[in-house]
Amino acid sequence: MAVSAMMKLTLGPIAYHWPAGMRRDFYARIADEAPIDEVYLGEVICSKRAPFHDSDLPATIERLERAGKRVIVSTLAEVMLRRERKATEAIAAMETPEIEVNNAAGLWSRGQRPHRIGPFMNAYNEATIAWMAGQGATHVCLPPELPGPAIAVAAQSARTLDLGVEVQVFGRASLAVSARCYHARAHGRTRDNCLFVCEDDPDGMPLSTRDGAALLRVNGIQTQSESYVALSSELPELGAMGVTHARLMPQDVDMVKVAEIFDALRCEQATPQQAEAKLAATCKGAGFSNGFFHGVAGYRRIAHRAAGEH
Amino acid sequence: MTESDFSQAGELVCPAGTPAALRTAVDAGADSVYCGFRNATNARNFPGLNFSPDELASSVSYAHRRGAKVLLALNTYPPAGQTELWRQAAAQGVAAGVDAFIVADMGVAQHIAETHPQARLHLSVQAAASSPEAIRYYCDHFGVKRVVLPRILTIPEIRQIRTEIPCEIETFIFGNHGLMVEGRCSLTNWLTGQSTNMDGVCSPAAQVSYERDADGSMRSCLGGFTIDSFASDETAGYPTICKGRYVAPHRAEGYYAFEEPVSLNLARLLPELMDAGVHAFKIEGRQRSKSYVRQVVSSFRRAVDAIRAGEDPALADLVALTEGQKQTQGAFETKKWR
Amino acid sequence: MTAAAIPPSAPRAMPALLTAPLRAALQPVLARVVRRIGARHPEIFDRIAPHERTDFVIVARELPFALHLRPDPAAPLLRAIPRHPLPPHGARIEGPFLLLLRLVDGEQDGDAAFFSRELVISGDTEAVVSLRNALDDVEGSIAQETADLFGPPGRAILSALRRRGNPQ
Repeated sequence: MAVSAMMKLTLGPIAYHWPAGMRRDFYARIADEAPIDEVYLGEVICSKRAPFHDSDLPATIERLERAGKRVIVSTLAEVMLRRERKATEAIAAMETPEIEVNNAAGLWSRGQRPHRIGPFMNAYNEATIAWMAGQGATHVCLPPELPGPAIAVAAQSARTLDLGVEVQVFGRASLAVSARCYHARAHGRTRDNCLFVCEDDPDGMPLSTRDGAALLRVNGIQTQSESYVALSSELPELGAMGVTHARLMPQDVDMVKVAEIFDALRCEQATPQQAEAKLAATCKGAGFSNGFFHGVAGYRRIAHRAAGEH
Repeated sequence: MTESDFSQAGELVCPAGTPAALRTAVDAGADSVYCGFRNATNARNFPGLNFSPDELASSVSYAHRRGAKVLLALNTYPPAGQTELWRQAAAQGVAAGVDAFIVADMGVAQHIAETHPQARLHLSVQAAASSPEAIRYYCDHFGVKRVVLPRILTIPEIRQIRTEIPCEIETFIFGNHGLMVEGRCSLTNWLTGQSTNMDGVCSPAAQVSYERDADGSMRSCLGGFTIDSFASDETAGYPTICKGRYVAPHRAEGYYAFEEPVSLNLARLLPELMDAGVHAFKIEGRQRSKSYVRQVVSSFRRAVDAIRAGEDPALADLVALTEGQKQTQGAFETKKWR
Repeated sequence: MTAAAIPPSAPRAMPALLTAPLRAALQPVLARVVRRIGARHPEIFDRIAPHERTDFVIVARELPFALHLRPDPAAPLLRAIPRHPLPPHGARIEGPFLLLLRLVDGEQDGDAAFFSRELVISGDTEAVVSLRNALDDVEGSIAQETADLFGPPGRAILSALRRRGNPQ
C-alpha cells in the first residue's frame, strides 16, 4: 500500500538504564545500519539516570544526524523534583534539535514554540490534538492503549491540522509510572538510595503472578508490559488510517534486525506472516501482543487475518 | 458561583456514589461533595454507582439548600470519536447547577472554558500535574481555579508549590491510596481490555473473581490472573494490580511489588497541611457506602472544626474502614516512601 | 441485603428436618417483603438493571436456610432455600447474620466487611457490587421498612436484633 510505504520508522527513547558504553555502541550501530528515519534521545523515565549519559548527548546527536537521521530530544514523563523541573526547562529552551514533550511542565516552558507531543501527554482525542496544535505542536505520539478506531479518528484530525502522527508498533508497552521506584523497592531500598540497581535489568525486571504467569516488567518508576507490543500485521492498516510514523521502542534485542523487519513490511517486501516469524526469531523468548489496538486486553495477541479469510 | 463562595480554607470535599450518599455527606458536614454521571465520563464508572442527570439536579438542590457545593467529575480522557459524551455531560452539569467541574483532559477543559465560560474548573488528580509549571499551564490556558495534587508530594514540596501557583490546592487526606501516577496508568486495560483513562474503570468487578482454595485462603483474580492470595486470617485489599503480590528474580517468595494494601489517612497532618496552604481536603471513596461516608465525613468535620477553633483535633479511629485495615501517611510525611 | 426479613426465631441452629416447613411458612412473608420494597424503591431496579436476572444466594451463617433473591422488576423473587446443597446461582454473599443486617441497615460498610474477611462473596462480582450500590442508594432503612410491615411485633424484633448487633 502506497500510504504505508511513506510511513517513517522512528526509534523511541531508551527506557532502561543502559550503561553509557552500551548506549554509545547501540546508537553507532543504529546510525550505520538501521533503516530508521528518526531517533528520539534523552532520559524519559528517571531523572537520576540522566547524568550518566547527558555528556554523550551532543556526540550522539551529531553521529546520528551525520548518518541522515532526524534527532528529537524527549523530556521526562514525570516532573516533580527541582532537578526534573530544571532538566525539562533546559530541553524546552533548546533551539535544535526538535524536542518531544512528555509532561505539561514542558508545555508550559516551551510556550508557542514548535514541539512534538510525547506518548505520556495523553493526546487521546481530536479536541486535545487540535488544542495542542494551536499551541505549537507539530507532531503527536498517541497513547499506547488507544484502540484502532480511535487511532483512525485521531490520525485524521491530526493530518487535517498538518501534524505528524505516531504510534508505537514495537516494544514493551509503558503501562504506568509512579513516584516510587519499584526496582529499588524490590531490593529493599528507596529511590534516593537506589544504587542504580535498575542497571542490572537492561530489558526490565520481570514480575510474575504467584502461580507463575509472567505479567509485567519493572523499570525503575515505570511499569511495563511483559510481552512486546508488535503491530506488524497492523502496519498497513495504520498507514491507511493516516499514521505517519511507526515507533520502535529499544529493547535488549538486535534492534537493527527489528528495524529491518518493519522496513521490509512498510516497503511491502515482506508479508505480515514473514515479519512475525522473523520477529519471533530475533526476539527469542519474548511474547508478542496487540490487544490494545484491537480493543481487548492489551496482553492478548489477535491473530492476523489474511485477505479473503473471515 | 463567585470566588468568595469557595474561600474558606479547610474545605472538606467528600465523595458520593449515589444520591443517598450525597445527602449523607451533606448532613454529616461536607462543605463540597463530588460525584459523577453513570457513564465513562468519570473515573469511578462502577456498576450500579453514580448519578443520572435528574438525580444530579435534585442532589444539587439538596446540597445548595444546606449550603454545600457539588463538584462534577468529568475526569476521564475521551477517546477520539467519542468526545460528544463528555460535552453532553458538561452541558448537563451546567443545567444541574453544579459549582465546579473536575477535569483532566485538555480537550474537555478547553471545551468547557470556551462553551461555559462562567463554569469553575478544578484540575483532577488524573491530570497528574505535580509541578508549578504544569499547574500553571492549566491555570493560564483554561482558567483552572484549583488543582488536586497527586498523592506523591511531601508537605514541604506542597508548601513550595503553593508559593508558585495562582490557584488553590486540594489534597487527598483519606482513602484508597493510589500508587501509580493517576491518569498515566493502563494496568487495568492490559489485563481486562477496559481502560482507566478512557472507560473510568479500575479493576472492573465484572472481571474480578474470588476463588477459595482448599487451605481456606482466598485468591483474588483479575481477568483470570492471580493478583493476590490471602490466608484465612489475613485482611484483604482491593483486587487492583498495584496492590498485588508478585514474584521477581530476587523475590521468589512473592512480595508486594508496588505497595501493601493500605489506605491513606492524614488526620494527624491536617494542621500542618492547612499551614502549608492546602485549601481543600479530599476524602476518597465514591465507590464506598453511606456508612463509610457518614463515619469519615463526620470524623473529619469534627477535626477541621477543632483545628479552626485552635483546639487539638479529636481523631476518631477510622482504621476499620481502611484497606487491609492498615493506614499510612504515604508520601506526605517523608520522601523515603518513594 | 434481605436477611432482615427473617423472623427472630430463626437465628438458632435447627435440625434439618425442621427447615422445610419453616421455609414453607416463610415464603409468603418473603414474597410480600420483596414486593413491598420493590414498589417503594423502584430506583433499586435502575441500578441493578444489567443483573435483574441474576440469581443471588445470601447465606447468613447462623441460619438453617439460605435466601434466594432475583431482582427482576417484573417478578421480584425472594425465597428461603435449603443450605445443602445450594441451587445453581450467579453470585453468593455470605456472612454473619448481624453483619448482613447492618449492611442492609446502612450501618456497616461493605468494603470494610470484605477487607476484614467477615463478608465473603463469590460468583459474579459485578452483580454483587451492583446490588450493594443499589441497596445503598435507598434512603432510610430497608430493615426498618420490613419490620414496619409487621407492625409493633416486627419493630420490637428489629430493635432486639439491632441491640445484639451494637452491644454498646
